[in-house]
Amino acid sequence: MKVNPVDRAAQATPPALARQLRGLSDRALAWIFVGPTVFLLLAINIFPLLWTVWLSFTNYQVNRPNRAVTFVGLSNYQRILTDGDIWITMQATAHFLIWTLVLQVLIGFTLAYLINKKFRGNDLWTTVIVLPMMLSPAVVGNFWTFLYQPQIGLFNYVVGFFTGKDPASFSMIADVSLAPWAIVIVDTWMWTPFVMLICLAGLRSIPDSIYEAAECDRASKWRQFWTITIPMVAPFLMLAVLFRGIENFKMFDLVVQLTGGGPGSTTELTSINLKREAFEKWRTGYASAYAVILFVTVFGLASIYVKALNKVKAR
Amino acid sequence: MKRQSWKVALAAAVVGCAGAFSSSDAKANELTLCWAAWDPANALVELSKDFEAQSGIKMKFEFVPWPNFADRMLNELNSRGRLCDLMIGDSQWIGGAAENGHYVKLNDFFAKEGISMKDFIPATVTGYAEWPKGTPNYWALPAFGDVVGWTYRKDWFSRPDLRAEFRKKHGRDLAAPKTLAELKEIGMFFQGREIDGRKVFGAAIYTERGSEGITMGVTNILYNYGFQYSDPKKPYSLEGFVNSEAAVRGLQFYKDLYDCCTPPGSSDWYMSETIDAFKSGQVAMQMNFAFIWPGVEADPKVGGGRSGYFPNPAGPGGHFAQLGGQGISVVSYSTRRDAALQYIKWFAQPKVQEKWWAAGGYSALRAVVEAPGFATSQPYAQTFLDSMAIVKDFWAEPAYASLLLAMQKRVHDFVVAGRGTAKQALDGLVRDWNDIFKDEGKKK
Repeated sequence: MKVNPVDRAAQATPPALARQLRGLSDRALAWIFVGPTVFLLLAINIFPLLWTVWLSFTNYQVNRPNRAVTFVGLSNYQRILTDGDIWITMQATAHFLIWTLVLQVLIGFTLAYLINKKFRGNDLWTTVIVLPMMLSPAVVGNFWTFLYQPQIGLFNYVVGFFTGKDPASFSMIADVSLAPWAIVIVDTWMWTPFVMLICLAGLRSIPDSIYEAAECDRASKWRQFWTITIPMVAPFLMLAVLFRGIENFKMFDLVVQLTGGGPGSTTELTSINLKREAFEKWRTGYASAYAVILFVTVFGLASIYVKALNKVKAR
Repeated sequence: MKRQSWKVALAAAVVGCAGAFSSSDAKANELTLCWAAWDPANALVELSKDFEAQSGIKMKFEFVPWPNFADRMLNELNSRGRLCDLMIGDSQWIGGAAENGHYVKLNDFFAKEGISMKDFIPATVTGYAEWPKGTPNYWALPAFGDVVGWTYRKDWFSRPDLRAEFRKKHGRDLAAPKTLAELKEIGMFFQGREIDGRKVFGAAIYTERGSEGITMGVTNILYNYGFQYSDPKKPYSLEGFVNSEAAVRGLQFYKDLYDCCTPPGSSDWYMSETIDAFKSGQVAMQMNFAFIWPGVEADPKVGGGRSGYFPNPAGPGGHFAQLGGQGISVVSYSTRRDAALQYIKWFAQPKVQEKWWAAGGYSALRAVVEAPGFATSQPYAQTFLDSMAIVKDFWAEPAYASLLLAMQKRVHDFVVAGRGTAKQALDGLVRDWNDIFKDEGKKK
């Protein structure tokens, strides 16, 4: 007769331990099982968070172990919120965030809509389109610096070819007015496929019967698009926006590789600025306050957004 | 079967322990030296083979590319890591490393081994070894003398057609510039010119934003216009010295040079990008640290007499050049301190220092650089000597990183991004630096 694994484990439990366990309630047993995970979660996530909050009220500098740590109250928060340079990095982040989301949603949805049509080579095109998101951001950043190179860059050459401009006459990553767009273009190139895949999943989840019913009702394609496709894909789109929004709010690697935050501080996003404060200037207390502010911002915005997402889903 | 499994496990554990012990024995006989990944580091690897042969100690090396060098190594020191026994750290780290106990103080060791700091180029002792500056407290042995200087295309400068055109335009010979004004004139002369069918540009200068690049470039000009870090009579008093009228003119000059005479897209260039631009024939002149000169000389396209070298040109307010280079220190968290000191003792020997220079390392030992044949030993040797005689360094305060990043931001914002005026940039820098010194308790 075959013994099932649970019975086998029960038989293998030493009698003394079995007697002890027998007296435990279900709740206590549950705690024994989840305890290690809860402990790890507290140690790895919650404790560092609380510790960061505490550090944000001090003048602690990790590279100055011999210096006395003093409580400075809200002064770190006050300095950050009244620092004009930090507001400039916030503006740069907002510009990057908004434009990447707008472009990725528009292009991603359009691509998904096209790919969703049945045509020859559909699978091949899907694979080709998703290739950029499979690359490492460091690699992408590096090769786009070559593409943007004024003298030998393909990007400048193509722009020059279509506009008649001298390719060497402009530099995407050295010009203050162009650099914010340079990073938007690269991020859009890299991550539009991600939005496309999510939209594609949404489009494929719409039953054909709904469109067939609409056809019977003589609804035009345009009406079908606005009353069936868009509402049914909307939760997927919103999910994609949430993922990309959170990712781009903390964007670091790609932009560092592309522009290093320059020219000047034109593309210095908050995460780059935070890294400089924390690990180059070593102002740990100040950087902790900065991190707390960013955390609260992202958490707050994400919470509002998730509520909106749930409402859309409920409809 | 069960018993056999236990035996196998026991045997594996014994073998594992034996392996661990033998590897820790091997490690006791090993030294790890940390430095930047660049040409001189490769020369040091070769040089250190002599030390390995003499001492029986195996040398390991941890080299990190320059843009990440400070990040990586300061993290290592701050976390009291034991990766490095010896550190060839940047000159500006000395204050922080000394005050935070990262480096071993070497005074007693120097006294015991008869190593005298008087035997080294004074600027390198001040720059790489002393903290506080100007006091006989030594935390490093000057290891690699370096300074910002200039390289130029001697072959282009000697073309009769270009020389004639330049003479006609400026009324003087096309030659290595002696002043900053001449440097700019030459830069403008070459900018956009076609040479051998290729468009070339005036000069490659430091503009890098992320680490220290643009600061290491702009200071060469600021010093020569009269910029000073603080009132010489009143330390940490910055107003009117950092942002003096002369300093403002100096910063404006650097921006003008960037705007008029550099290749398009050179908005984030440091050592490697400027070398590439020069070696690929894009520019007539290149600002860079002296460490690149042996590589230029050996390059098949621009070496072998095609390039010349000149010290940073003088300006209206003086004649200085930005100090580079590093000292070698013993990391205080090392468990192999004696072996590390043994390496420094070996490295300080005149014969080793001579070999160091011959291998491409810039020795800071006076016996080497003041030897009769030194100035003619390499085409760039005299320029190196001339440049080392006029050096000035950035702050070496414990808060140097904050001071540096503030300057990087202010200067890059003005020079490359064109935000505000030179006066606003330097006024902003004074505010930033004052805040930092207040945080440090050095200013009220």
